[in-house]
Parts: sequence; structure tokens; C-alpha cells
Amino acid sequence: MVENNRWGNILAHIILILGVAIVVFPVYVAIIASTHPPGTFVRGVMPLLPGPNAIENYTTVVTQGRSQAGTPPIGGMLWNSFIMAMAITIGKLSISIISAFAIVYFKFPFRIFFFWVIFLTLMLPVEVRIVPTFQVVADLGMLNSFAGLSIPLIASATATFLFRQFFMTVPEELMEAARVDGAGPMKFFKDILLPLSITNIAALFVIMFIYGWNQYLWPLLITTDPEYYTIVMGIQRMVTGGDSEPLWHLVMATVVLAALPPVLVILFMQRLFVKGLTETEK
Amino acid sequence: MASITMDNLGKVYAGNVRAVTGVNIDIADGEMIVLVGPSGCGKSTLLRMVAGLETITEGTLRIGERVVNTLEPADRDIAMVFQNYALYPHMTVFNNLAYGLKNRGLKKAEIDRRVKDAAEMLQIGQFLDRKPRQLSGGQRQRVAMGRALVREPAAFLFDEPLSNLDAKLRVQMRVEIRQLQKRLGTTSLYVTHDQLEALTMADRLVVLNGGRIEQIGTPMELYSRPETVFVAGFIGSPAMNMLPADYLRTLVPAEALAHVPQNADLIGIRPEDLALAPPAMGEIGLSGRLLLLEPAGAESHLHLVFDGIDEHVVVRLPHVPDVSEGATLQFSLKREKLHPFHQASGQRVA
Repeated sequence: MVENNRWGNILAHIILILGVAIVVFPVYVAIIASTHPPGTFVRGVMPLLPGPNAIENYTTVVTQGRSQAGTPPIGGMLWNSFIMAMAITIGKLSISIISAFAIVYFKFPFRIFFFWVIFLTLMLPVEVRIVPTFQVVADLGMLNSFAGLSIPLIASATATFLFRQFFMTVPEELMEAARVDGAGPMKFFKDILLPLSITNIAALFVIMFIYGWNQYLWPLLITTDPEYYTIVMGIQRMVTGGDSEPLWHLVMATVVLAALPPVLVILFMQRLFVKGLTETEK
Repeated sequence: MASITMDNLGKVYAGNVRAVTGVNIDIADGEMIVLVGPSGCGKSTLLRMVAGLETITEGTLRIGERVVNTLEPADRDIAMVFQNYALYPHMTVFNNLAYGLKNRGLKKAEIDRRVKDAAEMLQIGQFLDRKPRQLSGGQRQRVAMGRALVREPAAFLFDEPLSNLDAKLRVQMRVEIRQLQKRLGTTSLYVTHDQLEALTMADRLVVLNGGRIEQIGTPMELYSRPETVFVAGFIGSPAMNMLPADYLRTLVPAEALAHVPQNADLIGIRPEDLALAPPAMGEIGLSGRLLLLEPAGAESHLHLVFDGIDEHVVVRLPHVPDVSEGATLQFSLKREKLHPFHQASGQRVA
């Protein structure tokens, strides 16, 4: 044990507080900026206290967006982002848990080979394969659609790999006991493996949801119809769209709203984490 | 209720690795057979072959009249108790017991009745709503037993079920399992590496070594007349002393070894068959130097080196003698207590 040292404690706290400040400060600025009238930023001095225009700014982004620059009200964009993130998350989770189940519990030819093929896709994130993927999606006529937004992002190995690692820690006797109890492979999966994986599923849900929500490059590339704009790319459109100066107060209000859902997901899922961690045991 | 017949059972793994060879065991209805042997002797593999968790590559296995070689475990009418219990961690005790019954499509009332009966028999009634992790080791063991009981199977299979318990609980559960098995009269196959467990629980004992059966018999048969050097050394603690026959022939009056065949070159002597007394008429006399005296409460173990030979010998006495280490002691041995073996073949010769 390290001895409790007064100065050491103070130093540690200073470093931690500094770290938190560096992370939190931009968020704070964004929130403050979203409460000021349009003119404030043109003057070049960044206010650090809330301004009077909070309600007005937020009402504007939610109801009108920045229509003259071709950006729709953000309600629709938030919804699009939500659909895309959910589709990616649920798609990834269901595909990866099933493939991990196959790889761990079934013996089939080239099993290890397939595992490595899946594993190799880790090295090919969307950004690397973006041109060929665009071509494929375009040829399939999936531009400007939710399918086009989510399907190409579903294929990934991270979750498969994590589920595989988890399944390997589940004692083999559980599977054997289930066999003696008359449960076939799918019944074992449904009745035993799935309930045991709840904690992992919850953790991956959070990670995948945020991954999906934060997608920027891909939606920017394949959506030209404002109906399918997602919030993250919408912010970019807001900044660059139109000839006038970016309306920073509205951009910042959008940023704050865009950051809310991931925060809510984490807050909600955290309860599940704790519950899972305290109630599950292998 | 059923008999189990193993006819020339064998197991060869991929890559031509042999685990079990030519096993013939007839388990009578209601009998408790214990498979015992050192690690890697194939005892667990054999049990898992009977359970249906390992494929059978040679021979035939019958449970009752049915050949079950290729049946799924659930269709063999057996129940298994695992070493680490293998309870479903996310289910309550009740659901752990009921899961197999639900899968078999039993009516809810019937499931309730069976679970309640089993819980009462095993005194786990008050735990039915708990999860396995809220139970102690002994209670989990009972739940694992309960899961086997509720199925009312033709046979119980036990895979070292007590090895995760502490010594005191192990003795208690050993007695309970044996009582329960006798009361229910269910055919049982029990795997253990603990020879005390094996000796005390078995109707008949099967000693396995290197995937083959060394000897089958009642515990006392195996103890008093081991057929091979391996069984002689494996059953009994402290282990049987093995002395070269030539050495004994030089020591004792020739007529004392007259009944030992000439081809016997290894003589086994149980530690408790040596008495701390000068030999009487017709008895064999041995003397040795005491290296170490181990008192063990009701008995004591004497570690000695016999005169004229460099063999470590253990003697068990039913009391703690008043002797000092380094002293030379006289022992006597009745001539019918010798176990003559032929070393090269490992077989008993008389």
C-alpha cells in the first residue's frame, strides 16, 4: 500500500482536476455559447457566462433549423441518427453474438479460418474501405436510405471477438449439463448463454450505440436528401452551408442536443451494468 | 431402474490417441460402481461416454435393454452430477431443478411435486428461491444432486462430485449420497480419484489404469487380494510395501516362503500386517531401523529401513508405540499375509 501522503494527495487532485477541466471546458463553452444572441461571437470575445437567448436559440433549432442553408429542423435529424444508431447497434449485436456462438460451440470445417477472417475485418474500418463500399451501396440502390446508412457499418469484428472471449470463459460443464437436461444448441443459447451475456450485451450496446451515433463520414457521403441527414453530419452542413457567417449560437445549440442521447444511453445502461455485475456469476 | 452393460467399450480420439481400451463392466440394477484410478487413467472419459458427452468409438453400451451408443445424453435416461456442479448461475434453485423437466414437457404440477420432493429429501427446501451464488459449497452440491434426483433417471452418473468440498463436508456428503442411493436403489456410476471415497461407497470397485481395467471387485476383495501390482499400490493408504522376493528368501526360514511360487519376484506386504513383536513359530521375522515415527491419533505410521536392504518400508500400528527414532525394531509377519507378484507382467502369481 502507498502511504497516505498529504502533498501527494494534493498533487494528485490537482492533476485530476486539471484533466477534468481540459475535458469539460469545451463542453461548457458549447453550452454557454448556445445561450447567446447571434452577434456575440462576431466580436471575437468568448463569453464565459450564460447569455439571455437560451430558450429562443433552442426553439429555433428544433422548429426551423437553418432552413435557408438547406438544413432541416433538427428533430428529424435526431430521429434519423437514432434509427441509424439503433440499427447498427442491434444489427451488430445480433450478428456478432450468433457468429461467436457458432465459432465457440460448433465444430465445422475451417472454423479457425473463419474466425480469423472475421477478426481481420477489424483492420478494415469503414474509412479504409469507403470507396468500394460506396460503390457497392450505390449499385444496390441504397443511397439515401436507412439500409444504406446502417448495413455497411454492421459488419465488424469487435463484438464477435468480445463475445467469443466471453463464451470461452463460460464453463463447458454448463453446456453439458444443459445437454443432459435435454436442451439442444439453440435452447442452450436462448436459456443459458443469452441470460449470462446480459452484462456484456449492455456494455457493447453502449459502445456500439455511441459508435453508430457518432458516424460522420459515411452518412455525409451517401445522403444527399435532407430527409436522411443525421445530426452529426447535420452540424457540419450547418457550419459550411450558406454564404453567410456560420450561426454559431444555433450550431452550438445543435451540438448540445446531439450530445444528449449518448449521455442518456450511458446513464440508463449504467444501472444495467451494476445490476448485471452484482447479480451474475459464472 | 436399469442395468448398464459395457461391452468392450473403447475410445480413440482424433489423431489416434487412445483414452479407453476394451472395458467390460456389467452393472446390476441398483448397484453402485465406483471407477477409481490416477489422473488421466480414462475414468472420467468412460463416465462421459456412458453419459453421452463423449462419442463411443468402439464397443456397445446398453442401458437397460437399449443400445444407447448414439443417443443424445437427454435420451439415455441418465442424470449426471458434475464436479463443479454446473448449476445455471442465473436461475433460481427451483428453476435449476425444473429446467430439465420443463424441457421434457412435464406438466407444471408434476414438476412442482418432483422439485418439492427432491428439495425435501436433500433439505434444500428453504433455498428454492435463491440463486446458486447465494449458497455455500455444500448447498450447491445438494442442488446438483437435486437436479439429478428430479429426473428420476435409470442411472446416476457422478463425476468426482465431492472434490470441491472441504474434508469434513466431504465425509458428510459421502454418507448422504450413499444412503440416498441405497434408499432409491438407483444404478450408479461414480468416478473419484479418492480411494477412501471409492472403498467406502462402492458395491463394486473398478480400478482403471492407462485406459484399461486393472481389476473389478468388492472393495474388500480388492484390498485383501489385489490382482496386479498397480492395484496393490493404488488401493490402501499408506500404500502396500513392495519388497524383492529374493531378499525375503535370504532372511526367513525357507519353509516360510514355501507357498510362494518360484516365479514370484516381488512380495507385497500391507503396512498393518507387520506387528511390532518378535516372530512366533511359523511367522516371518524382520528387523529394521526406525527413521521416522508419525503419530496419527488412533494409529501411527513407522517409516523404516529393513536390515540388509535399501528399501523404505511403512508399518501401521493401531497405537503409538513408545520407541525412539534410530532404534532397531523387531517385526513379525504371518506367512499368509504375503502378496506375491511377478514384476515384469505386474500380475499376482498366487
